[in-house]
Amino acid sequence: MMRFLLLFSRQGKLRLQKWFMPMSEREKKKIIRDMTTMVLARQPRTCNFLHWKDLKIIYKRYASLYFCLAVESQENELLALEIIHRYVELLDKYFGNVCELDIIFNFEKAYFILDEFLMGGEIQETSKQIVNRSIEASDMLQEGDNSEWYEVELFG
Amino acid sequence: MNKMPAVSKGDGMRGLAVFISDIRNCKSKEAEIKRINKELANIRSKFKGDKALDGYSKKKYVCKLLFIFLLGHDIDFGHMEAVNLLSSNKYTEKQIGYLFISVLVNSNSDLIRLINNAIKNDLASRNPTFMNLALHCIANVGSREMAEAFASEIPRILVAGDTMDCVKQSAALCLLRLNRTSPDLVPMGEWTARVVHLLNDQHLGVVTSATSLITTLAQKSPDNFKTSISLAIARLSRIVTSTSIDLQDYTYYFVAAPWLSVKLLRLLQCYPPPEDTALRSRLTECLETILNKAQEPPKSKKVQHSNAKNAVLFEAISLIIHHDSEPTLLVRACNQLGQFLQHRETNLRYLALESMCTLASSEFSHEAVKTHIDTVINALKTERDVSVRQRAVDLLYAMCDRSNAKQIVVEMLSYLETADYSIREEIVLKVAILAEKYAVDYTWYVDTILNLIRIAGDYVSEEVWYRVIQIVINRDDVQGYAAKTVFEALQAPACHENLVKVGGYILGEFGNLIAGDSRSSPLVQFNLLHSKFHLCSVPTQALLLSAYIKFINLFPEVKATIQEVLRSDSQLRNADVELQQRAVEYLRLSCIASTDILATVFEEMPPFPERESSILAKLKRKKGPGNLPDIDARRNVNGNTEHSEKPEPANKSSFALLADLLPTNRPRPASASPIMLSTATLGSTPPITALLNLNSPPSTGASLLVDVFPESSCLTAPEVSEENFFRFVCKNNGVIYENQLLQIGLKSEYRQNLGRIYVFYGNKTSTQFLSFTSSVTSPDSLKTQLIVHAKTVDPIIEGGAQVQQILNIECVSDFTDAPVLNVQFRYGGTLQNIAVKLPVMLNKFFQPTEMTSQDFFQRWKQLGAPQQEVQKIFKAKHPMDTDVTKAKILGFGVTLLERVDPNPENFVGAGVIHSKNSQVGCLLRLEPNTQAQMYRLTLRTSRDSVSQRLCELLSEQF
Repeated sequence: MMRFLLLFSRQGKLRLQKWFMPMSEREKKKIIRDMTTMVLARQPRTCNFLHWKDLKIIYKRYASLYFCLAVESQENELLALEIIHRYVELLDKYFGNVCELDIIFNFEKAYFILDEFLMGGEIQETSKQIVNRSIEASDMLQEGDNSEWYEVELFG
Repeated sequence: MNKMPAVSKGDGMRGLAVFISDIRNCKSKEAEIKRINKELANIRSKFKGDKALDGYSKKKYVCKLLFIFLLGHDIDFGHMEAVNLLSSNKYTEKQIGYLFISVLVNSNSDLIRLINNAIKNDLASRNPTFMNLALHCIANVGSREMAEAFASEIPRILVAGDTMDCVKQSAALCLLRLNRTSPDLVPMGEWTARVVHLLNDQHLGVVTSATSLITTLAQKSPDNFKTSISLAIARLSRIVTSTSIDLQDYTYYFVAAPWLSVKLLRLLQCYPPPEDTALRSRLTECLETILNKAQEPPKSKKVQHSNAKNAVLFEAISLIIHHDSEPTLLVRACNQLGQFLQHRETNLRYLALESMCTLASSEFSHEAVKTHIDTVINALKTERDVSVRQRAVDLLYAMCDRSNAKQIVVEMLSYLETADYSIREEIVLKVAILAEKYAVDYTWYVDTILNLIRIAGDYVSEEVWYRVIQIVINRDDVQGYAAKTVFEALQAPACHENLVKVGGYILGEFGNLIAGDSRSSPLVQFNLLHSKFHLCSVPTQALLLSAYIKFINLFPEVKATIQEVLRSDSQLRNADVELQQRAVEYLRLSCIASTDILATVFEEMPPFPERESSILAKLKRKKGPGNLPDIDARRNVNGNTEHSEKPEPANKSSFALLADLLPTNRPRPASASPIMLSTATLGSTPPITALLNLNSPPSTGASLLVDVFPESSCLTAPEVSEENFFRFVCKNNGVIYENQLLQIGLKSEYRQNLGRIYVFYGNKTSTQFLSFTSSVTSPDSLKTQLIVHAKTVDPIIEGGAQVQQILNIECVSDFTDAPVLNVQFRYGGTLQNIAVKLPVMLNKFFQPTEMTSQDFFQRWKQLGAPQQEVQKIFKAKHPMDTDVTKAKILGFGVTLLERVDPNPENFVGAGVIHSKNSQVGCLLRLEPNTQAQMYRLTLRTSRDSVSQRLCELLSEQF
């Protein structure tokens, strides 16, 4: 299972944090500090995997953002990389050529999209179409907020 | 970077975007805080204002608060408004409300009730979007309160016929989440059989989620989910044989359903290979197909394609290794991984090295792995990435056997010279283990260890040099060589202190073996050692002093020289007490003792008992999570903190190590004097086993003894010694009793409701203790609550020796009294009778509990009945030091919960007392008042007797 997902910039600014297990704020701060220093210190073209305590850390850089995913030791590293990639694809589809600023200014959307994709530390839906459709459907619900919700055909 | 803020889709919140812009424009941290405080004041006034806020504004402000919190600032209001949003009919408001709740779990129990209420409504709404929001919230927060409220409802939603697919997926993962944190609350039942059938579902998203859930459940109770094996194999078979278009959107970069495939392969790893032959061959076919597909030319140049394809390959290999039954598959797997060892993708090289480590441990593929040795050694030399090099070291270690040990050790040693500091200690341990394990010729072993010390002396832990000494002492064929080699190594102008230790010890024991050569005559040896003396730390100097007195025994001709050294001011008036004492005592000993006595005292060390290498134990500790408890009391039972002239573990020792190195079962010299006690292990006497058979079995109980020895002196029951009892509340090891004759030391370990105490009886005299018995008795009330089983102990304790007794303990229910250890023995003509209250207290059965501040206060309120709380106000008996207090509370057995109490001066802790009959949750709070030098201690548990007892125990500690 996944334990947490962090997005941070090259300057170490945290942009998104998702915790799949309860943790105290203090622990979270410590982990964020450890992850940013560890990942930012890595040389280019090294491998994307690290051991940290009893977890595996899988990280990847997209433009100015680092995506850093911690999974339990029996998890598959390569697929964890692709979970990151799929999330980037989903963000990209939603924002259209996503950049760091999109995630800063629409942080709540970034969380909503993540929630459609992952849940309880597991992947919930691996079909890009289905995730995109339900995100669009939520947006339609937002625009037509006054309409009765059940009239919207969600999953045609 | 100059891109304008993206236009938010849906309904943008302009105010929020402006606020985020403002924050980004702040030039300093102070400016940011100022801007945030302004915004917080604004929001607070809006929330408090007379005018009712519309849903949109409420949503906007809650979202701003969330943003502020995510920036790392504390938020102490707005929770109520967020909860209000949950019951909004507007999706967008509800969504923000749920997001806020998920991120900022609130400690207010009233709110949790309201949140649960809103969740309940949404779950019942039959609106899939709302149901999913509610399920996500449960999975995100996942507190026990939520689990209690919904754990029985969610399985129903999961298996109901009319539940929509997307809700089924959420329900499966929500249940999985609750099962991970509160398994006791998720009832197994009829639904489990129906969940297994979800593996047949048409919707691959449902199958994926269900597979995750079933895997977790099957890990805990494999028998209940056996039917999933055939379904999983059938499903896997359909996926691997499908063409890439069959699965439509579940195909990822031309790979058919990689996530589902990997999950199915993982599920199968919960079980042994299927017994049914048809099923088994179908699975083998699947695995072969996966191996074949991995060899096909790529369908895309994208890294995503290769990652997904290889992810399935690696998982298939994991299953093959897990089954460890198909030699052809294992060898094929090894060959395919071998190709990756030189792949241009660093990630694949890393994973191939890692995966091969497990293949190396299978008898079927060990040889196949070994064929790659040159590639792996090359990786060690050429990889730029330290984490890849580390995997290469692991693999070399795993593939090592007698045939390649010399080559691998040489390569590791040469890598050690340039290795990353972070992995040096581990490499040292690995080299030491391999050198010992595969040594045919122990001269090679000695050379290797000395090389280790030369190359990476700082990373050679105590275990490593203790071990080389143990081995040299146990093997007389290598002693001469060892003496010669250390003597040569010590010639180097700068040598590591660890080499001085090994050298001092070995020359002290075996220097005579090379003394015939004039180039290493006794005086030359002594001068060589002594030339290092002033550069060494105190423990090493102490060891050297012991080596010197051994020299006096071995070589009477240097006696005068050494006495001169011992007599010098720098020794006799050394500022260090231990060194001074040794100098004085050794000097005196050398003057008064006859050569015969010296020869007896300083006879060669007897062999160490053969045990698992302590280095291996250390490596296991470094690698494995199951750490053994540390021992804080390093004092041995005789009370003197001995230095390193005998291999004795330092602060990081474990029980295994201690047993390995402390010669507790070896008797001390019969003529023990204070000097002898500190040099005891330098001498030796016949093994104790020879004496054991002469004695009749020990009598078991105190009452028996009274019958056997009707002397009036022992008829009166001794007073039970309690003086050290409370010193063991927060620690497990130390001396519990001591008089002129006997010292009793304890080492204890506890897990859940079980405990074990090692009791060490040390005979402080030079005379035997006869008819030694020791038993444990409990008051009647305690007998049903706490079961103590004492192993029998040898009836004779030699003068200066110590024996060990093991007590096994089981806590049946909570208790207040303590058992008593009754010890009887004959010393001289009189019967000694000692009773000691054993420090087995209720808090020993604590398991610490982590909880959020919300959970804590929720619990705290639930335990509000007057009899559940016990409070005590008392005066501080010790200086009020925060760190000491923390250590004591941790030693008491609970978790210290930070940032739960609004007052940072206070300490808050939580734990669960485990007994066979029940588990009692316990919360505690300690409030120091430094001005008044007082404490207030409050305990709340569900049982008044527990609260009462814990309060008594802990309040004595400060």
